[in-house]
Amino acid sequence: MRRIVVVGASAAGLTAAETLRREGFDGTVTLVGDEPHAPYDRPPLSKQLLAGAWPPERLALRPPADLAALDLDTRLGVAATRLDLPGRAVELADGERLPYDGLILATGVRPRRLPGEGAHVLRTLDDALTLRAGLGPGRRLVVVGAGFLGSEVASVARRSGAHVTLLEPAGVPLAHAVGRRVGEVLSEAHREHGVDLRVGVPVAAVTEDGVRLADGAEFEADEVLVAIGSLPNTEWLADSGLTVLDGVVCDAYCAAAPDVYAAGDVARWHNPLFDASMRIEHRGNAAEQGMAAARNLLADPAARRPFAPVPSFWSDQYDARIQAYGHLRGHQAVAIVEGDLAARRFVAAYRAGDRLVGALAVGMPPKAVRRWRRSVAARAAWTDALAAVS
Amino acid sequence: MRVELDEPKCVASGQCVLTAPEVFDQRDDDGVAILLTEHPAPELLDGVREAVAVCPAAAIRLADR
Repeated sequence: MRRIVVVGASAAGLTAAETLRREGFDGTVTLVGDEPHAPYDRPPLSKQLLAGAWPPERLALRPPADLAALDLDTRLGVAATRLDLPGRAVELADGERLPYDGLILATGVRPRRLPGEGAHVLRTLDDALTLRAGLGPGRRLVVVGAGFLGSEVASVARRSGAHVTLLEPAGVPLAHAVGRRVGEVLSEAHREHGVDLRVGVPVAAVTEDGVRLADGAEFEADEVLVAIGSLPNTEWLADSGLTVLDGVVCDAYCAAAPDVYAAGDVARWHNPLFDASMRIEHRGNAAEQGMAAARNLLADPAARRPFAPVPSFWSDQYDARIQAYGHLRGHQAVAIVEGDLAARRFVAAYRAGDRLVGALAVGMPPKAVRRWRRSVAARAAWTDALAAVS
Repeated sequence: MRVELDEPKCVASGQCVLTAPEVFDQRDDDGVAILLTEHPAPELLDGVREAVAVCPAAAIRLADR
């Protein structure tokens, strides 16, 4: 293997490229990214960058000297437009054709949008800088979608002095992800901090003056942020022969085809730890899966290792940090196992079948959560995990 | 080789402690990473490189000097 192409120059793609070098691959590594910026980190976009606490340079994933030391053939500001799988080549928007012996797909996701023009979304550095310019004292911001991204933006916007209305179609924000009770506790934080949170309010479209709700009512705003989830960037693979089904479908080794691997937000793979197909849009997973994909691409087939991580994420909302480990989606029961829900300092454990599948902490010392992570990784039985704390 | 920790970037995920427990720990109260040694022994450097790669906040760097 002499030529490896990595498509996607964010956390997953960069980590894959770094890992190839760290594993001793000294052939050509081409890193393709559709944004013009050097690889940067996205979680601070809705936190420190939006708040104006950090300048954009602070988001660089690696210092320029460290990037240069990787000796990559870097193509920024140019999107991949087609994959020729039998011909082993990636075609770029500028007409170039990149032949490869090995390929890593890390094209990420893009925000879902609503009909109508003029709303913000938040995925890129440029998105965040544009939104930031619209915040400030007295500004009226409507955030559509009270997921993690919408909630973080609401939190930062309130601190900037903006009036914030948070419109959520579900009855309880984040209930599908973290359960009703935890979702309700997080909702209270919004209300305590002066956010006008309205639940059960689907939004139909963005208008010139704000948004139009599904029931036809108009809602005025100076700025609108649409934060209703993401779509994997897989259109360019449509005629490639790869299986695309809400992401690039991979096996447990993150392989989508021989010598073709996927990592990060765009990859749907089988996680043997939970015996489940998943696609994870968490920053930590991008790095871990980028590493796993790169290693498996270089490894002899018999030496490849299944990618079986405990997913994790964090979110900053007002004065509280949320930390979670495991696969919470699809859980069947939640138990508060430490602390106090009403005080917004607690650990919640999640059950699916007879297993502990995840834990989420709000306002707790992170060390307190670590042993729950260990239990999830050890496939602990629900009854055993709970018996250990009672 | 010298390990650099950009403390304000740390998000207390604890990934570095899982990966290189001889080099990193976490503060009890807020979980922010603690560097146990700036100059780890050579046999620990692979673990540090792994920690640099998995840190979800890009808060760790391994510098030449």
